Amino acid sequence: MSALSLRGLKKSFGGNAILNGVSLDVEAGEFIALVGPSGCGKSTLLRILAGLDHADSGDIFVGGRDMSPVAAADRNIAMVFQSYALYPHLTAGQNIAVPLAMKRLSRSQRLPLIGSLLPGQREIRTGITRDVREMAGLLKIDHLLDRKPGQMSGGQRQRVALARAMVRHPSIFLMDEPLSNLDANLRVHARGEIVELHRRAGVPTLYVTHDQAEALSMADRVAVMIGGNLLQLAAPEVIYNDPAHIEVARFVGQPRINIIPAQAENGRVGFEGIRLALLEKVANGPVSLGIRPEFVKLSPSGRSGLAGRIERLEFLGSEVIAHCRLDASGDSVIAKLVPHEARDLIAGMKVGILLAAEQAMVFGPEGKRLRIAAGARQEPAYV
Amino acid sequence: MSSTAIPVGRIIRFALLSLGALMILAPYIFMISTAGKTQSDIFTSSLALIPQHFYFAENFAKAFAKVPMATLLWNGVVVCGLIFFFQVVVAIPCAYAMAKLKFRAARLMMVLVMLGLLVPIHATALPLYVAFDRMSLLNSYTSLVAPFTISVFAIFMFLQFFRAMPDDLLHAARLDGMSELGIVARVIVPNAWPAVTAFAIFSVVAHWNDLYWPLIVVSKQAYATPPLGLMYFRAAEAGDDYGALMAATLIITLPLVAAFLLAQKRFVEGITMTGLKG
Repeated sequence: MSALSLRGLKKSFGGNAILNGVSLDVEAGEFIALVGPSGCGKSTLLRILAGLDHADSGDIFVGGRDMSPVAAADRNIAMVFQSYALYPHLTAGQNIAVPLAMKRLSRSQRLPLIGSLLPGQREIRTGITRDVREMAGLLKIDHLLDRKPGQMSGGQRQRVALARAMVRHPSIFLMDEPLSNLDANLRVHARGEIVELHRRAGVPTLYVTHDQAEALSMADRVAVMIGGNLLQLAAPEVIYNDPAHIEVARFVGQPRINIIPAQAENGRVGFEGIRLALLEKVANGPVSLGIRPEFVKLSPSGRSGLAGRIERLEFLGSEVIAHCRLDASGDSVIAKLVPHEARDLIAGMKVGILLAAEQAMVFGPEGKRLRIAAGARQEPAYV
Repeated sequence: MSSTAIPVGRIIRFALLSLGALMILAPYIFMISTAGKTQSDIFTSSLALIPQHFYFAENFAKAFAKVPMATLLWNGVVVCGLIFFFQVVVAIPCAYAMAKLKFRAARLMMVLVMLGLLVPIHATALPLYVAFDRMSLLNSYTSLVAPFTISVFAIFMFLQFFRAMPDDLLHAARLDGMSELGIVARVIVPNAWPAVTAFAIFSVVAHWNDLYWPLIVVSKQAYATPPLGLMYFRAAEAGDDYGALMAATLIITLPLVAAFLLAQKRFVEGITMTGLKG
């Protein structure tokens, strides 16, 4: 039984379909990153999960229990928001205590003056304070407990927001781009911390981000969502090396994968010197050839490979990105090189562009991945 | 050339602004001046700002003696306080619902609020008067307060303010286990002080100075608000005693000025309150 199951969730706003039947399972203790470009429906999905919004159709199960009749507060799902959503008028400590106070104190015990006179509330409040301190210790924010959100930095607010979500030991943890308001250095640091916290707490987590690097580096499994469809759910290596759809291949990887139009003919795909035999039956016609930039090499002499020209070079320290254009077809091709390979290259020069045919992926006209016969490659490594 | 042109321009601008300020302040200066004059001073043909004989103490004593000043001020405080209290209690949940909750009648309610903004109290004064008369509620705090407890202006103002509040904050509150009323009490109200303070200035000033409605529903001194009290004052035997009248006017103006100066500080504090966004 999965910790969290989504079955065919559909949602549309005013005729615009936001979610087209999303199904997803999160196993116990798993960290799943839900990644996709802005507006792909990932935040909507998270809000529906949390009970803040309703799906048009589909089911949500938490630990096998149907969540559709359960209100947001009773789902025991915690959420960290992009804006942190801390209560501005409360100190960090009071912010963290709110979910506990709402859960443990009765309605009358929460009343401002009368509440403090009722029996039993003192013990509960002591317990809450103890739990808040413990959580603050875990996140190293003990010294911030008396400060208000306005007096804290972005990173500190983010930790307080995490503490407020974790303090009630939720059964599911939802995070909506919690790192996107931090500066770049802090973000990389915070990534490691969140993964570490997840490992310690073991709460199944659904982490929404638009940053593919964040998703690949943090998650056990990555769910790629584009245009309201969940295109692929797999381990980060599989998502990168073996994408199921052209949109997944395009979205994941920096710089972006090279997509070159090619022709399928009698079960074979041909582009310049590349010939690939397809395992699946495909009607003759246009298909797409995908090759990651690291599998493109440049020959400065121009004696081998396809004739092309370097339009722009980007030096990034450990690597050099060469933006090239093929003379024959006019397609743009990006090559990711190590600096010593790029030593003799200058922008504007003519080069030979070598593509690693055995690393090429073929996508059908609708974007679906087409498998290639492993033994069918008769071509040399680089063409 | 240009080095002299700038100061000249500045002098002209400064002079114009001073003139404008003087025109606005003139009645008040004249009020303070008259409050210190004897009857004969006031009715001389020459216009002097400084009284010939300082008669402040006598005029103030007369003002307190001729009308029940303490009752007037107390009535003013009670009426303004009750009106403001009920306006806020009604308008905050209403504005919250209209700003942040989705329901079918939201558009219709918005239209009604806009229409409500267009209807002045004078249009409904007569039916209200008849109704209060039938209920034998003339000459009571109820008749002074009740017509103003639902302020569409307050709803409109809070609505604008609440719309700017981040939805995530409300989502977080719902996930933390708060009911909608709990959100209003624990999240909206503590963060709405800038709007409440700003509205307080409008509401209290308008109702402290209102003469029209108290004149209609109140005929007994026991329920008279300060401006109405001034009317009785003039109609009483002090009829021609402008010195005492101005002293009384000064007395009922001062609490508002003091309250405004105090609220101004809170107001500025409220506006600088931040911390919602990262």
